[in-house]
Amino acid sequence: MKTYDLSELAVRNLRESLLRNSLTTVGISVGVASLVAMLSLGIGLQQLVTRRLVSSGLFDTVIVTSRRDIRDFSREEEKSGPSAAESRILDETVRQQIEQLPNVMEAYPDIRFITEVRYADKPHLTMVAGLPVSARFNDAFEGMRGSFFSSETAPEVILQKSFAAKLGGKTLKPGAEEVSVAELAKPLLGKELVMRYAERVAAPAQTDASAKGNGQPAGADESLERAAYSVVSREQKLTIVGVSDLDPDSMRGAAEARVFLPLKLAESLHVVQPSDLRDNVRAFGNQRSYSTISVRVKNPKQVQSVEDAIKKMGFNTFSILDATRSLRRFFAVLDLFLGIFGSLALAVASIGIVNTLVMAILERRREIGIMKAIGASDGDVKKLFFAEAGAMGVLGGMVGVALGWAIGQVINLGTNVYLKRQALPPEHFWSVPWWLVAGAIAFAFVVSLVSGFYPAARAARLDPVQALRYE
Amino acid sequence: MTAGSDQSSQNGSFAVRTEDLCRHFRMGETVIRAVDGVSLRVRPGEFVALLGSSGSGKSSLLNLIAGLDRPTSGAVMVEDRNLAQLSREELAKHRLHTVGMVFQSFNLVSSMTLAENVELPMRFAEVERGKRAGLVQRALERVGLAARMTHRPSELSGGEQQRAALARALINRPKLLLADEPTGNLDSRSGAEILNFIREFNQSLGMTIILVTHERALAERYANRMLFLADGKLVDEQPDLAGASSVSLHGERP
Repeated sequence: MKTYDLSELAVRNLRESLLRNSLTTVGISVGVASLVAMLSLGIGLQQLVTRRLVSSGLFDTVIVTSRRDIRDFSREEEKSGPSAAESRILDETVRQQIEQLPNVMEAYPDIRFITEVRYADKPHLTMVAGLPVSARFNDAFEGMRGSFFSSETAPEVILQKSFAAKLGGKTLKPGAEEVSVAELAKPLLGKELVMRYAERVAAPAQTDASAKGNGQPAGADESLERAAYSVVSREQKLTIVGVSDLDPDSMRGAAEARVFLPLKLAESLHVVQPSDLRDNVRAFGNQRSYSTISVRVKNPKQVQSVEDAIKKMGFNTFSILDATRSLRRFFAVLDLFLGIFGSLALAVASIGIVNTLVMAILERRREIGIMKAIGASDGDVKKLFFAEAGAMGVLGGMVGVALGWAIGQVINLGTNVYLKRQALPPEHFWSVPWWLVAGAIAFAFVVSLVSGFYPAARAARLDPVQALRYE
Repeated sequence: MTAGSDQSSQNGSFAVRTEDLCRHFRMGETVIRAVDGVSLRVRPGEFVALLGSSGSGKSSLLNLIAGLDRPTSGAVMVEDRNLAQLSREELAKHRLHTVGMVFQSFNLVSSMTLAENVELPMRFAEVERGKRAGLVQRALERVGLAARMTHRPSELSGGEQQRAALARALINRPKLLLADEPTGNLDSRSGAEILNFIREFNQSLGMTIILVTHERALAERYANRMLFLADGKLVDEQPDLAGASSVSLHGERP
């Protein structure tokens, strides 16, 4: 029998017992809908997490540290590489070298220091860090109130929410109701605060002061003398321009900063870094060294190659890429489980198909007998039942995908209403990619064909003599 | 054409030939011998009536010739092919192209219109779509149902339904028409109408007809030859000489 005739007969047969076949198709739709809903939730969550992580700047960032430093993320490298004391220093030359590497967007030194910030004549001790202008697109500033730094050197400051709360005299207790950023920002924006810091002033070489101060005899090792510097207490007035909701510095863990300056400004202040003293003892010369350099890679996919290149230069690197591997595995397992649960409904629906078609055989016993008597082969009868099952599958699949999509939209909408009530930004955690649409319909089709296997075989085996005798 | 049929019969070629044909059914402990050693010959173009009381095995014999059923033993040759040796697929082809069947209960598909019923065998035969409508139209015109094409079987009288069934049986141009009590559910006038159509097909198209009936009067009136069955066995044949019926057959030809 030709495909056209087959489908025509199948459709007319389906129409013949419209209610029953519709109900069966609805069953498939519900099954497919639950599958689509489950999987699109899984995919959507994965995309949300990935999107969040990528925009958080964690995925495209490589942190570079010198092997001389005690702080080390990878113990193995320490063993395999050159000994700590012989490794290269992380300085401006290295920074520029790294910036020249392929796929590197920027490399900036990490400047952070603990200091005192005065606001309304009250001193607050906190960690201050420099922030590159590129961080403006960082996800952490999504919920920020106010504006980003007006220039790279502007005497401006962005506060982290918890610090803003502290300045405002409010305390953020864990578990307590969250105070909105807007509320915190309102009294602070545009206000001035004073940062006290210790400036490292390079001492004029071979001066009396330095010689006296160090208690060194004149004419000592030149490098030692060049390493000499004074520490001068200074004050800098800063305007509060923004209060950020999230933490733009979350990768630093314990060294988390809560006050942010434009990076160029922070550099120009020559604040004494914790590593300065050590460097001084080690006598690196007067060249300033950085404790860490953050490297931004153009694409998260290139993190590995950039990391390898920097390692070859003789530095320690760290990226969160390794963490994402297990994340991906987690989502694969999650999708699998969601898929299995979603498929359960489809499995039930497939039993519905079997039931419907077996009923159809009983009902159409005579018709099958007639068709065989006038020349239908076993194959024709089998194909006809397969076509009916397949048509229900495809139709159910299409309706199911639409239904699943609609369910997703409703849940997404409901969740966003909830998020809005909780003063959280809306999220799009629902995703129905085209391959899921095609896959779900194809899956419904295949499941229907499998379900149709037994009824089709049974109908094909039907003895026409018996069938025609049956009244 | 007539000469050809005669020649083929003289050469020992038959439209239908059975050799010691048996069809036994097992019902628990007992074996029902529905067809029990039947050997018969039907020449091309012949109109043969199979007579017998109910349960004599005439329908079972017809089903074996139709390829709807398989013999327990023996051979059933239709157009020189032994149906006992054909695969299920080949038997379906046999039913599709070689034989046409009409039944006592018409056996039209109730959900389809007459036109669709008549078209159905052409779907299985994969006849080109463009040609079908014309063929259906002509087949229904031939049995006088051109005006009823879009009606469903339930909207028609018994006689009309049987005529539609005839049109369907002929649509793939079979050589052999098997009619299983085609008048059993009809009044005498409609019955005569059906048998007149069958006789016309026999005479104008040269179709071989095997008519199963228990009404001897009808058989005598329409058939060239009558075969009597009882308990699955061939018990009598009238007229005994096939040649005589051939003469009468020739006499009726235009």
